[in-house]
Amino acid sequence: MDSLKKMVVKRLAAGAVTVLVVSILIFVGVEALPGDPATAILGQQATPENLAALRKELKLDMPPHVRYFSWVSDVARGDLGRSLTNQRPVAEMIGWRFSNTLFLALAAATVAVPLAILLGMLAALYRESWLDKLLSISSLSAISFPEFFVGYILIAIFAVKLGILPGVASIHSGMGFGQKLLAIVLPTITLMLVVLAHMMRMTRAAIIGILTSPYIEMAKLKGVGRRRIIYHHAIPNALAPIINVVIMDLAWLVVGVVVVEVVFVYPGLGQLLVDAVSKRDLPVVQASGLIFACTYILLNLTADVLSILTNPKLRTAN
Amino acid sequence: MQFLRTLRQTTISARIGMAMVLITLLAAILAPVIAPYEEAEVVADVWLPPGDGHLLGTDQLGRDLFTRMVYGARNTIAIALLITCLAFLVGVVGGLLAATMRGWVDMLLSRIVDVVMAFPALILSLMVLSIMGASIPVLIIVISLLDATKVYRLARALAMDIEVMEFVEAARLSGEGTWWIITKEILPNALPALIAEFGLRFCFIFLFISALSFLGLGIQPPAADWGSMVRDNAGAISFDMMTPLWPAGAIAFLTIGINLVVDWFLHRSAQIRAR
Amino acid sequence: MDPLLSIRELTLKGRGNDAWVTLLDKIDLDLRRGEVLGLIGESGAGKSTLGLAAMGYTRTGCRITEGSVMFDGMQLVGAPRKALLALRGTRIAYVAQSAAASFNPAHQLVHQFAETPVQRGIMDFDAARQKAERLYRRLQLPRPERIGFRYPHQVSGGQLQRAMVAMAMACDPDIIVFDEPTTALDVTTQIEVLSAIKEAIQLRQTAALYITHDLAVVAQVADRIMVLQHGRQVEEGGTRDLIDAPKESYTRDLLNVRRQKKTTISPSREVVLEVTGVTAGYTKRKNVVEEISLKVRKGRTVAVVGESGSGKTSLARVITGLLPAAQGQISFDGAVLAPSLKGRSKETLRRLRMVYQMPDVALNPRQKIRRILGRPLEFFFHMDAQAKQRKVLELLDMIEMGPEFYDRYPSELSGGQKQRICIARALASQPDLIICDEVTSALDQLVAEGILKLLQRLQDQLGVSYLFITHDLATVKAIADEVIVMLKGRIVEQGPRDEMFIPPHHDYTRRLFRSVPEMDPAWLDNLLASRDGDQLGYFERSDEPVV
Repeated sequence: MDSLKKMVVKRLAAGAVTVLVVSILIFVGVEALPGDPATAILGQQATPENLAALRKELKLDMPPHVRYFSWVSDVARGDLGRSLTNQRPVAEMIGWRFSNTLFLALAAATVAVPLAILLGMLAALYRESWLDKLLSISSLSAISFPEFFVGYILIAIFAVKLGILPGVASIHSGMGFGQKLLAIVLPTITLMLVVLAHMMRMTRAAIIGILTSPYIEMAKLKGVGRRRIIYHHAIPNALAPIINVVIMDLAWLVVGVVVVEVVFVYPGLGQLLVDAVSKRDLPVVQASGLIFACTYILLNLTADVLSILTNPKLRTAN
Repeated sequence: MQFLRTLRQTTISARIGMAMVLITLLAAILAPVIAPYEEAEVVADVWLPPGDGHLLGTDQLGRDLFTRMVYGARNTIAIALLITCLAFLVGVVGGLLAATMRGWVDMLLSRIVDVVMAFPALILSLMVLSIMGASIPVLIIVISLLDATKVYRLARALAMDIEVMEFVEAARLSGEGTWWIITKEILPNALPALIAEFGLRFCFIFLFISALSFLGLGIQPPAADWGSMVRDNAGAISFDMMTPLWPAGAIAFLTIGINLVVDWFLHRSAQIRAR
Repeated sequence: MDPLLSIRELTLKGRGNDAWVTLLDKIDLDLRRGEVLGLIGESGAGKSTLGLAAMGYTRTGCRITEGSVMFDGMQLVGAPRKALLALRGTRIAYVAQSAAASFNPAHQLVHQFAETPVQRGIMDFDAARQKAERLYRRLQLPRPERIGFRYPHQVSGGQLQRAMVAMAMACDPDIIVFDEPTTALDVTTQIEVLSAIKEAIQLRQTAALYITHDLAVVAQVADRIMVLQHGRQVEEGGTRDLIDAPKESYTRDLLNVRRQKKTTISPSREVVLEVTGVTAGYTKRKNVVEEISLKVRKGRTVAVVGESGSGKTSLARVITGLLPAAQGQISFDGAVLAPSLKGRSKETLRRLRMVYQMPDVALNPRQKIRRILGRPLEFFFHMDAQAKQRKVLELLDMIEMGPEFYDRYPSELSGGQKQRICIARALASQPDLIICDEVTSALDQLVAEGILKLLQRLQDQLGVSYLFITHDLATVKAIADEVIVMLKGRIVEQGPRDEMFIPPHHDYTRRLFRSVPEMDPAWLDNLLASRDGDQLGYFERSDEPVV
């Protein structure tokens, strides 16, 4: 049990270090702008007042490490600075949008995860059947499609031709839950498709790997029925790799949401990030990048820890 | 002869894939010959439907869409290919060095890669682009370094697996140098997996650049490029026009083609190994 | 009385790369109640396939094309899946070669034991647990009341194999199929499992198919033996008859293979390799070899014998410099060698070569034979293309392989041929000493015999010395002039071969030597009955009533 705890603690420590390194990188990245960052950000035509305001905003009058720590402590208190373009507090801009992004990602995950595991298991069980081949070809295509291709096809069919679903996923705080769900049907499907395909392929591979192992043959020779072989012999061993894949894909999903949000003009964090990048609104880029990165790292960390906890060999090692 | 024999053993899906890749490549190479107009030439009205001398209609500025598509293939494929090559150069060299030298070289490279890979690639490149500005050299450097980390992991793992085999130890015991061991003993055995990865990595990079271009942060106008063509023509969809679907479909077309070929290649080299 | 199991004209094919390959060709087999039939043959003989077919089971990619398998009046070929499932585990049980891979890592041993009886409603879990405990005790497993609640990876290989025998007996089956149940084990462990199996069979007069490649092993348990080769039946007969008077030459070859013995020659004077007081380890705290001292003389063979974990392969790595010695000294032809490979001259490397256990991974699959053999010639002697070609062909001739192999890849060669190429590669640099690390263990017995003969001929011809690492005492007899016995990283005994095969000895040496099965059906019984067996510490007999 001790070694297990040690491994988990080690992963958690590694995750914490990564977050630290990421925050330093983000900070240094902004620092690394050539010349005076304020001028570089605002351009040569900036007014002296603006420059002075920005310098103060960026705390350029202090040494770098002091600025880093003050930035970190600000972030920890929820103060993410002010946007350079509209002077609004970044935290205020981000909060609502981040919850929208999570809502969309969650909706996609709720459908994709059970479906992917089910289809992956079916494909593995009926290997080489027409179902397996069909799933294999379609998932290969889904992985090859850029999200915007899927997105615009869906818009063309359901919003323009049939007119049954909204092509622009605009939601606002006054909407009811049902209305919100209806608004995000198309982006959810788009987002889901790629993750679904990948998750399904990995689930299939994990289960096939286990079904060809000697202990499954042994179970067959013990006269164990097909159903019990799956539930009792294959699943407990497949759990670790599958959970790992699922969570890694969720991490990917949270990030992959960026493109989908732009396609459907969905008011999420990804949309905000892209806008900020093209306007070079650094405080917003910094903050939303940090949030995306931390979510991603956190999910990957969860995958690591869970796969340790669900691995029967590691779990029972003394 | 050998080539023809291999070609005859391909599956139907692999042949379809090859044809898809070949068509796209031909279009890219022969762009100036095939294209009826200049790359950025405004020839007609905005968003004309297909027909009437314009095979696929016109785009948001009234340029011939087919011409833009063909040139787009050229630009996007060239840049993606360049990035893939760079990523492989850096990743394979690093991975092989780490696996054969071990010790601090391996430690250092692997830790750097761990940190970079802990970071979501799209977010990282968006942030770098916002700081450095979106330009083609920045794009090439950033994406190739990001992808080099993945190539590094694969190359290192492959080399580690091969390195422990006894024929490598036998070469060591003969007094062969590191260079010989890397180029003559390890690399030839890692090659099939690396070739397959090259195809997949190219797809990934191609999709990635297209996504960046679609977000307006990749290849910049007036150069034609499939991702930005989708973005620029997105509005046409609400007028019940197919315009943005052409370049988007072209991206899917190429990546599916490559995936089909790689699938067959992986299957085949697995069979050869099993023999 | 009708036989319990009756196989007639069974033909089974497997899908190869291009066509269907015949794996079993018209096999006839009868097994009566309480009888043990040994199935013996080399790899590719189809013995495992036959064992599985006896349970009505074929692996993916295989199918039965002809013939019948009758079990107690029921046709198993083409029987419905449900009917087959009902038989397996209850009336016909299976014991696999690798228990470590065949137990499910996610469940405790006793739960896997109880699975079939509980699922079939034969007994409840508590009864099954008690039965498991009785069987574990009977099969000499330590702490029988507790061991069932361990997971497979927490139990040693030999114990796991016995637990699997117990599992097969959970429902008191009529037939147990044993598929190479002791092959992966050390000899001293093999004895324990073998006697457990014998015990298990006698307990309920269970019939058994016992599959193995080792005639001496099967002779201990089988009433009758069937010899298979390339999926065909070679001959069948009572154990004693078959061993004493084999009819077919293939059977005779198999019987003779372990009876090879090197003629005793006087020790030479010149010492090629001298190791004095060498200690080494992968970490500072734990040594894998300690205080090793040995001498290898010119034109002679020293065999290092030991079981897995004895440190014999590590010793080879220390001598070659891959694992630098922390203490002690290695001298080669009078000169002291640098402990690590990097510090050694090219000339030293040329004169000290190595041949490995697995020829499959010892040859670069991407290089043709001419490249593999040509490289040392070019590297050590700077030969030009023409001289190289001549010499490579000469080397091929030395290892009894024709010039047609010159342009082939390793994958086009059989295991034995690959090992010959490895030997030729070592010879190419005209070495004084070749370290042979288990060079015959991965090969079939007849092929291994050929390799041993080749090595001996080369030694007579070229005067090369061998340091021969092996776990197999028959090999030692066939090739060694001197023997070193290792245990836990130390040398327990060393001396001329003939002396080593005569008692008295260090306890471990005696136990090791006595554990090697002999081609005598009564050997195991005698060993178990003798006071020696007790003294050797194989069994702590418990006289509790069973079942």
